[in-house]
Amino acid sequence: MTTSNNKTMKAPGLWARKDSHVVRLLLVMAIWLIFMALTKPTRFYTLINFQTMASQFPEYGLMSLGVMLCMITGGIDLSPVAVANLVSVLMAMLLKELAPDGGLPGYAIPLVFLLGAAMGAALGIMNGILVSKVRIPPILATLGMSELLTGVAIVITGGAAVSKLPMEYATTINSKIAGLVPVQLVIFSVMAVLVWFLLSRTTFGTKLYLLGTNPQAARYSGLNNDRLLILTYMISGIAAALGGLVMLANYNSARANYGSVYVLQCILVVVLGGVSPSGGRGKISGVVLAILLLRMLETGINRFPQISSYYISLIWGGVLLLVMVLDYFSAYRGPRKRKTA
Amino acid sequence: MSDILLRASGIHKSFVGVHALKGVSLEIAPGEIHCLAGENGCGKSTLIKIISGVYQPDAGSIEFDGKRLDKITPIDAILLGIQVIYQDFSVFPNLTVMENLALNSELSNKRKVVNWKRMRQIAEEAVAKINFQVDLDALVGTLSVAQKQMVAISRALMFNARLIIMDEPTTALTRKEVQALFKVIMQLKAQGIAILFVSHKLNEVFEISERFTIFRNGELVVTGQTKDLDAAKFSYYMTGRAFSEEQFTATKLGDKPLLEVKNLGLAGAFSDISFSLRSGEILGITGLLDSGRSELALALFGIRQADSGEILIKGKKTAITCPQDAINNGLGLVPEDRLSEGLFLPRSIADNLIIAEVDRLANRFKVFDREKRQEEVDRLMKEFAIASPNANNACQTLSGGNQQRVVLGKWLACGLDILVLNGPTVGVDIGSKHDIHAILQNLAREGMGIIIISDDLPEVIQNCSRVIILKEGKIVQELDAAEATEQAILSKMM
Repeated sequence: MTTSNNKTMKAPGLWARKDSHVVRLLLVMAIWLIFMALTKPTRFYTLINFQTMASQFPEYGLMSLGVMLCMITGGIDLSPVAVANLVSVLMAMLLKELAPDGGLPGYAIPLVFLLGAAMGAALGIMNGILVSKVRIPPILATLGMSELLTGVAIVITGGAAVSKLPMEYATTINSKIAGLVPVQLVIFSVMAVLVWFLLSRTTFGTKLYLLGTNPQAARYSGLNNDRLLILTYMISGIAAALGGLVMLANYNSARANYGSVYVLQCILVVVLGGVSPSGGRGKISGVVLAILLLRMLETGINRFPQISSYYISLIWGGVLLLVMVLDYFSAYRGPRKRKTA
Repeated sequence: MSDILLRASGIHKSFVGVHALKGVSLEIAPGEIHCLAGENGCGKSTLIKIISGVYQPDAGSIEFDGKRLDKITPIDAILLGIQVIYQDFSVFPNLTVMENLALNSELSNKRKVVNWKRMRQIAEEAVAKINFQVDLDALVGTLSVAQKQMVAISRALMFNARLIIMDEPTTALTRKEVQALFKVIMQLKAQGIAILFVSHKLNEVFEISERFTIFRNGELVVTGQTKDLDAAKFSYYMTGRAFSEEQFTATKLGDKPLLEVKNLGLAGAFSDISFSLRSGEILGITGLLDSGRSELALALFGIRQADSGEILIKGKKTAITCPQDAINNGLGLVPEDRLSEGLFLPRSIADNLIIAEVDRLANRFKVFDREKRQEEVDRLMKEFAIASPNANNACQTLSGGNQQRVVLGKWLACGLDILVLNGPTVGVDIGSKHDIHAILQNLAREGMGIIIISDDLPEVIQNCSRVIILKEGKIVQELDAAEATEQAILSKMM
């Protein structure tokens, strides 16, 4: 029976079945874009609107990339927003130090990005050590870290926003390359390509998927599970730190509790993108689509002044559940029986 | 009352284009012990699920106690007295024995309030039926496999069972426990309960059943009296192939030991273990489940750390503190539990094959050399005759034997010198078992040192040039191939 199973696996339509999740996301996105085209063509389909979206979504988009990697290992990262805020608070202070009388030196922005990423990496490594060496369940370890880091940021700032930053930082990150592509989008794209490359072209990616599928077998295969986990959470920390630096530019200020809705949003985006919360499965294409979809939904709804922005949460939750239900029906109705046979 | 309790005839069942059952029939008389045998994937499980109402047949009929059953659900089947004890027993490990036993009847009586006294009474009655001695307040998760099975049997008996179907009930049991199980089965038979015993182990079929039925590829091959069956016929019916098992003799023994173990000990598992392994030989290590044999395997591979003694590899003292140490020193372990320790079932066959040597297929920035990776995958697929049209298919689409070959292939791809196998053919069908033995014998002839840890005595005797017998964590005897008979080993190991 098993050999005949293989035959069905090879049948045409494999591609469609394999990526059916991505196809469904594309479908939902297309429906939404058509709906916007029919209802608000002039207010949604403008270059400036798309540029605005492309400068906003990298905030949580970057964090989601990190959460995705953690979820592929079967874990989760609840600390990206806290990491982002702590990094942006400290970097905001650094920027003010670097430019006491207004003029920011040329090396300042690269320095801030390097230091910020390094800080993110260090915080991520701490998460990784708690998860792997100390064996705290990831959901608790990262929740604890999240509270801790938020607390540190509150203590440093006294709960207030760090503002009156040198203008150069915000204007540089908010500028558009060739007058067209927002810098935020470039940062996100670089990170997304990097994650794609890691997952599909390196041994790290293969090991990550296998670790997430079956940590026990990974250990028996001679993988260094602890090291893999620490690396994963480190990358997640870097992604979150970059997200924080984008937030810093977008708000031109930093605060301990910016973007706190992003925590759950990131998880929802990643799950909507087709990453299995139990680990071992998930693709970058799905996650990027989910990130874009969320932004388009939110921006689209904002184009209807009569609809309160309170509805965004409602619609977003609805879409998430809809895609999950569709997944359930496509995954479990047909092939389920075959699996157990 | 008819003299046939269950009659399934002309059953067909297909799953998405796979014809799993092609018109099979099965008859069981009341109080009969009937053995259903066949290789993995022959349709045994599908038939069980049809009889118990999990699946509906596409064609054919099922009669139970003279009544024709149409469209039954699992609940209907239970009410009729058909009980299935699955391999995992479907018990709740986090509840006590008492709760496990009483839960079903409490639920089916739609009781909302827990009455502990009544529950205890129900549970006591249930275990009394098979004289099962157990602490009713113990958590089921803490019981041994055999005890869990007895809990499942006790539970099955609570519903006036007429037919009990046991799906490979002996897989995880020790010899003694199998005997105890058989005793219970005989008791059930005496009470007029029919047993459908699903197994692919020849000696069990002989020992317990009166009649047998063998399936192959979804078809009925033969059904008849067990007394007319012998070993050669049995394997022929199961596989459609005739086998001649080859006795292994070490032809090219190395001069120096590859692996030397000196006074190795691990508290609570084994102590004072010393042996050596030369290249070209297959060393068997056998013993009962609690003899420390599995722990010894884990200690050699670095999953657990021995707390005394030393391990020498190629004459050099080697500290093995984690699996990476073992692999770097050329020692691999094929683990006991293929599903949870050996394989990544939902991932591709290719990933499963190359994972242990993955770093060799990449450049120094850990980026895959895709050509090299593909070549290696093709080579391994071919060398281990893995029956799949596409290496990117999920590993779970493979049969048990093929999966075991994937685990073997994973290690052999690394170019190891020493291979330790813990229960290499547990749950593997006869054909694949034969193939795996042939692969191992070949590897030894090519100069690898192999340790087979197994309690399958025919396997040990046939493949090993030396046998070490463990009992209660100590070596009690070492036999060479000439001395190693089943009787000699058994007398030392019990």
